[in-house]
Amino acid sequence: MTGKEFYIENFNTFQKKLNGQSKSFLNEIRKEAMNRLTELDFPTNRNEEWKYTNVSPILKQNFIPAVNTTIPKFTKEEIKKFLFNDFDCHLLVFVNGFFSEELSKISLLPKGVIVGSLKKILKENPELISGYVSKISKIDNAFNALNTAYALDGLVVIVPDGIALEKPIQVLYLNTSENELVLSLPRNLIVAGKNSQVSVIANYNGYGEKVYFSNIITEVFADENSIVDLCKVQNENENSYHIEKVQAQQKKNSLFNHYNVTFGGAIVRNDINSLLDGENTETHYYGLYMANGKQHVDNHTFIDHAKPNCMSNELYKGILDDNSRGVFNGKIIVRQDAQKTNAYQQNKTILLSKSATIDTKPQLEIFADDVKCSHGATVGHLDETSEFYIRSRGVPQELAKSMLIRAFANDVIETIKIEPLKEQINHMIFDHLHRIEIENK
Amino acid sequence: MNNIEEKELKSSEEISDDKKVLDDLTSSEYKWGFVTDIESETAAKGLSEDVVRMISKKKNEPEWMTEWRLKAFRYWLKMEEPTWANVHYPKIDYQNISYYSAPKQKPKLNSLDEVDPELLKTFEKLGIPLEEQKFLSGVAVDAVFDSVSVATTFKASLNEKGIIFCSVSEAVKEHPELVKKYLGSVVPYTDNFFAALNAAVFSDGSFVFIPKGVRCPMELSTYFRINTQETGQFERTLIIAEEGAYVSYLEGCTAPIRDTNQLHAAVVELVVLDDAEIKYSTVQNWYPGDKEGKGGIYNFVTKRGACRGKNSKISWTQVETGSAITWKYPSCILQGDNSIGEFYSVAVTNNYQQADTGTKMIHLGKNTKSTVVSKGISAGHSNNSYRGLIKIGKNAEGARNYTQCDSMLMSDRCGAHTFPYIEVENDSAKVEHEATTSKIGEDQIFYLNQRGISTEDAVNMIVNGFCKEVFKELPMEFAVEAQKLLAISLEGSVG
Repeated sequence: MTGKEFYIENFNTFQKKLNGQSKSFLNEIRKEAMNRLTELDFPTNRNEEWKYTNVSPILKQNFIPAVNTTIPKFTKEEIKKFLFNDFDCHLLVFVNGFFSEELSKISLLPKGVIVGSLKKILKENPELISGYVSKISKIDNAFNALNTAYALDGLVVIVPDGIALEKPIQVLYLNTSENELVLSLPRNLIVAGKNSQVSVIANYNGYGEKVYFSNIITEVFADENSIVDLCKVQNENENSYHIEKVQAQQKKNSLFNHYNVTFGGAIVRNDINSLLDGENTETHYYGLYMANGKQHVDNHTFIDHAKPNCMSNELYKGILDDNSRGVFNGKIIVRQDAQKTNAYQQNKTILLSKSATIDTKPQLEIFADDVKCSHGATVGHLDETSEFYIRSRGVPQELAKSMLIRAFANDVIETIKIEPLKEQINHMIFDHLHRIEIENK
Repeated sequence: MNNIEEKELKSSEEISDDKKVLDDLTSSEYKWGFVTDIESETAAKGLSEDVVRMISKKKNEPEWMTEWRLKAFRYWLKMEEPTWANVHYPKIDYQNISYYSAPKQKPKLNSLDEVDPELLKTFEKLGIPLEEQKFLSGVAVDAVFDSVSVATTFKASLNEKGIIFCSVSEAVKEHPELVKKYLGSVVPYTDNFFAALNAAVFSDGSFVFIPKGVRCPMELSTYFRINTQETGQFERTLIIAEEGAYVSYLEGCTAPIRDTNQLHAAVVELVVLDDAEIKYSTVQNWYPGDKEGKGGIYNFVTKRGACRGKNSKISWTQVETGSAITWKYPSCILQGDNSIGEFYSVAVTNNYQQADTGTKMIHLGKNTKSTVVSKGISAGHSNNSYRGLIKIGKNAEGARNYTQCDSMLMSDRCGAHTFPYIEVENDSAKVEHEATTSKIGEDQIFYLNQRGISTEDAVNMIVNGFCKEVFKELPMEFAVEAQKLLAISLEGSVG
């Protein structure tokens, strides 16, 4: 019994263990999701959306939902090396998808602001989130259904109208398998009220070398005039699988910035979707992925221009080394009513080795006429003439290459607003690609 | 005060005038709609092994050809119609189509005088007076009327150079070794649903063979025309350019107004050996259906060229204005080192037309280059999609691709879509892709208006400017025709 059957089979046992939680509104959603899972098959290459990503290695193994495993204990000292330092932030730590109060450090919050765990809020104030969870993100595929059916915990951020959170929220998701293969299922929700502002750094990390599987859903609701920054830095261990769906819904005049920096994972799939559900909204997606070894990194973005006068801008850059494989699919739909839309998209990839491959598919579907849309995609390698020029100034070859890589990544790195974070990401790039480091200046 | 009001009033009147001009133009009827009253021989509807045998027998084909058709037919039975394209149409009943139609003719013709005068008149209406072309333009025309070749000109002068330009049925009889070697070698019958169907029932088409080192002295051209009601036309074209040869081939088509949809599933195969080049130009303006989207041709075409030799080149240029549904991806397989593939396309859709068209460039050899320039214009309620694949194989060192696809939208009810696939497996490749979508520029129209140019002409100019990069790739006569066509099918769909 593998894959789908395994997860269906175990659902009843899971339900019995829920105790108090079985009465929450979420449980109906869970049961529905389980019904959907029985109908849906896990995607294969025959499915257009999964054409270039083969998920069968994930399905060959049975991952046990973290709730049915022992959650390992970490000390503050142990997690330190995974954190982004040198800036003031609220810190939340999730181990295998479950909130750890001891490791977290949330400083004083303005009145009405909630920064905490889904599990806790379900117990205390479920009415605060019942309008959002699983309402923003519909189930698109079996992985979504799996998360919805089994997820128990995750990040919840609620910022009421008129409040701007000064400090960013850093969320460390630390995943690890000890005795069993762990399935970590964070279910995140970020709600920004009218005229509010919030910034979240989602930091995914793996402990140890054993295989685990992170299957995540993040829902973002940006109400009128709000500003939401979501910066994801993913550095899972190199044997593990990481699938996340981000679904944002944006109201009038809101601004949503999503940063997506990928380092780790054997098979990585990100679906980042925004519904521009009000006039004058603005959306920015920035992506940077570095892959080496046999990594497979797949980024799917989808921006749905449903209302007029909106703007979206997308910039994704990939650096592929060794036998790694990159996939990019950027879909933009401009609906019939969405006149005066501006939508831009760029996807650039460099291949550092002979056997690295990239499949990219920018996709525009436009049903309104008064629009300006464009997309560009390039695939290439490090420019020899530039390299030659740098070397002619007495710079060794390897260093010259590093300089060019850094220059390539610059457009994306520069968009990150938190300086210390920028520097640490810069360091991680060279560390991950095993190249001489160029200091971030 | 009054003056100003009057002025304002006038200007709004002018605007509505402009609108009227535009509406008139957008709604212009299909100009080539007429039916030639000519006796033709049509097979009963339906498709079975017997029908395939019958077609083969009617064409006096040798045994191996009949076998090939049957194999294709059996394979087709196992296949399913593809649904991935971004087009929608009612399910086609393949048993409700007649698969063979030929004008009743005497078997052989030596000169134009023997051609049915009715037929000649049809060509004249289409603007292809055979005689005139023969003497004035120096274009050899192999005119296909429905399914059977009726006249081939300039054959003698081509013969001198060793060039073979005839119908495929003729080639099957007279040059079986060439047909056996190349037919289905680029588009095998197993390739796709429509290619299999075509292989089973193909009626006729052109066969061109340019021997080693010969540069074809004139542009070769075939005019296709669908005539008999409810007859699917299944053309099969095969062009071979041996080492160092060159040929420019033109294909153009018109069809009369019909109510029921006509299915067209053609296959075009190009084979290019070392240092040879084929330039293939198409102007397609088949009946697109009426303003409500009723009728019109279903155009499901498989066009593919193989650059087998070193330094070989294939250049596809197409102007697509007709057909209710277009499903067409002229492709290049760049096998030979340093080979070049080009694709220049203008696709125009209006009313309820749907087009899903683009190209595939498969880079296999070293230092192969490809250029793709695609211009899509959508108006009315139409949908226009660009779908393209750029694939750089593992061994395609130094491959280079440049793709540009631009879309222009002319109404708020139409759609423009792009689905470019880029697959790169070699790090030394350079691939660039650019796409833009925008509305026809109001500022540009305004600017031209204030220079005293009517909105109609202004739109014409802007659209022609938009398509210029492609038109300049067309042979002279075609470029003129293409511009006229664009004007007819589109002009001023700006609301």
